[in-house]
Amino acid sequence: MFTYKFRKIGLSFFGFFILSVQSISSAFAQEGSLVNAGDTGWVLTSSALVLAMIVPGLALFYGGMVRSKNVLSTMMHSFIAICLVSVVWVFWGYSLAFGPDVGGMIGNLDFVGLTGVGPEPSEGSTIPHLAFMVFQLMFAGITVALISGAIAERMKFSAFVLFAVLWVTCIYAPLAHWVWGGGWLAGLGDLDFAGGTVVHISSGVAALVCALVLGKRNGYGTDNMSPHSLPFTVIGAGLLWVGWFGFNAGSALAADGIAASAFVATQIAAAAGALAWLSVEWGYRGNPTMLGAASGAVAGLVAITPAAGFVGPVSAILIGVGGGVVCYLGVFLKNKMGYDDALDVLGIHGIGGTWGGLATGLFASVGGGTGLFFGNPGQVVIQAIGVGATWVFAGVGTFVILKVVEGVVGLRVSKEEEVIGLDLTQHSERAYG
Amino acid sequence: MKLIQAIIKPFKLDEVKEALIELGIQGMTVTEVKGFGRQKGHKETYRGTEYQIEFVPKIKLEIAVADSRVNEALEAITRAAKTGSIGDGKIFVSELQSVIRIRTGETGEGAI
Repeated sequence: MFTYKFRKIGLSFFGFFILSVQSISSAFAQEGSLVNAGDTGWVLTSSALVLAMIVPGLALFYGGMVRSKNVLSTMMHSFIAICLVSVVWVFWGYSLAFGPDVGGMIGNLDFVGLTGVGPEPSEGSTIPHLAFMVFQLMFAGITVALISGAIAERMKFSAFVLFAVLWVTCIYAPLAHWVWGGGWLAGLGDLDFAGGTVVHISSGVAALVCALVLGKRNGYGTDNMSPHSLPFTVIGAGLLWVGWFGFNAGSALAADGIAASAFVATQIAAAAGALAWLSVEWGYRGNPTMLGAASGAVAGLVAITPAAGFVGPVSAILIGVGGGVVCYLGVFLKNKMGYDDALDVLGIHGIGGTWGGLATGLFASVGGGTGLFFGNPGQVVIQAIGVGATWVFAGVGTFVILKVVEGVVGLRVSKEEEVIGLDLTQHSERAYG
Repeated sequence: MKLIQAIIKPFKLDEVKEALIELGIQGMTVTEVKGFGRQKGHKETYRGTEYQIEFVPKIKLEIAVADSRVNEALEAITRAAKTGSIGDGKIFVSELQSVIRIRTGETGEGAI
């Protein structure tokens, strides 16, 4: 009975919501840019799906991979990232990324405080400007959260807070502007459907710089740092997979054929990535692991991200397989080189994003993109420029930001705090028992 | 009287228990323990990073037996716990000075 009542209330809310959207759309619609209910519904749903990738998805994915004394601090990184970015995005982040272009480099301050960003669609769009804004907000949030995998188990919480605010402002906003906000990479014809460069390369490269500047965890290479809860990580990977449909298919910004194409590409690239990682691992190590399957699926998802709306299903499988293999090598490389990117952000997002960005230039064939294999060799060059520019900008920028943060609050916890664990020393709480 | 402590593979516990019950052994204490011997633990691999897990989970089974029954108890444990591969465990036998049944106050072999 209670459930029934609750559902009735829920339905009437839903009905009210639809009515509101309709009345708003009729009230605010301008010439040539009408709000489309299907498109709007899909983009808002996708925004919520991308949020689910961050909390609880990434929080669980990363939280399971650390030791039990650091699980809360690691989950907190994802949680605080989306909280901070949400506020920054309203005040100045969205304006810097998507405000009117200044020299191809950054947006101006017209949209500060979301001035002029309302329920009416912007020109040429079929969704409310606010829907586009909040969808992009989630992307900014997950990018910052992704980086936290590299600094897990040793960064001061205050340092991460400051880092997150500076990074989304100084690195993410310009990069998003270059590719999606009418900046110089968009002008070149760079293809990045859902954020291979903006989200994955940028977070992966930032992660590498963070790992190098922070240094290794105390006891790295000698202590047992095996994941404390792989079931958390598997659930987290599953949520990432589910949320990625919002991330990729939502990036069509419409409920249309391109969205369906991106949706399909996303699914099969994830599956192919998991199979590829497992195959390499099984052949090379002798055992197929659950963590390997989860990592491979995420690698496939990362790789297909920039290509999702531009490729057919067979290309998507090849890109997914490539993602699984190159990311396995990326993680292998870390073990050889000895930097402590704790949760393999570079290995999976940086390397997978780089492969995906270049592969988009090879396999693009639908949705307005044409790659090398379909008669447009120039696209690979443009993709390489996009990838290279992102590596350099995110790499150098992150280094500068870390030095600033180091000067203001310091980067690492003390050795004693690290040994006790960040949950107790940074947050005064423990996860278990 | 002797105190027998057997460190065995966890999955062999049921067989060892059955073998001892067949002998008429009436009680035992079992603890989940971790340790290593010449086997030196095992390796676990996470995303290609290998960790040497030195302390392997084992079962410690403790029984007190009368001197006359020590040999058959040891033989039963050895037979039931053996797989023939590395890590089968060890049995320690030590003198047991006294036994007291708390409920009745009985002592000696009658209390076992």
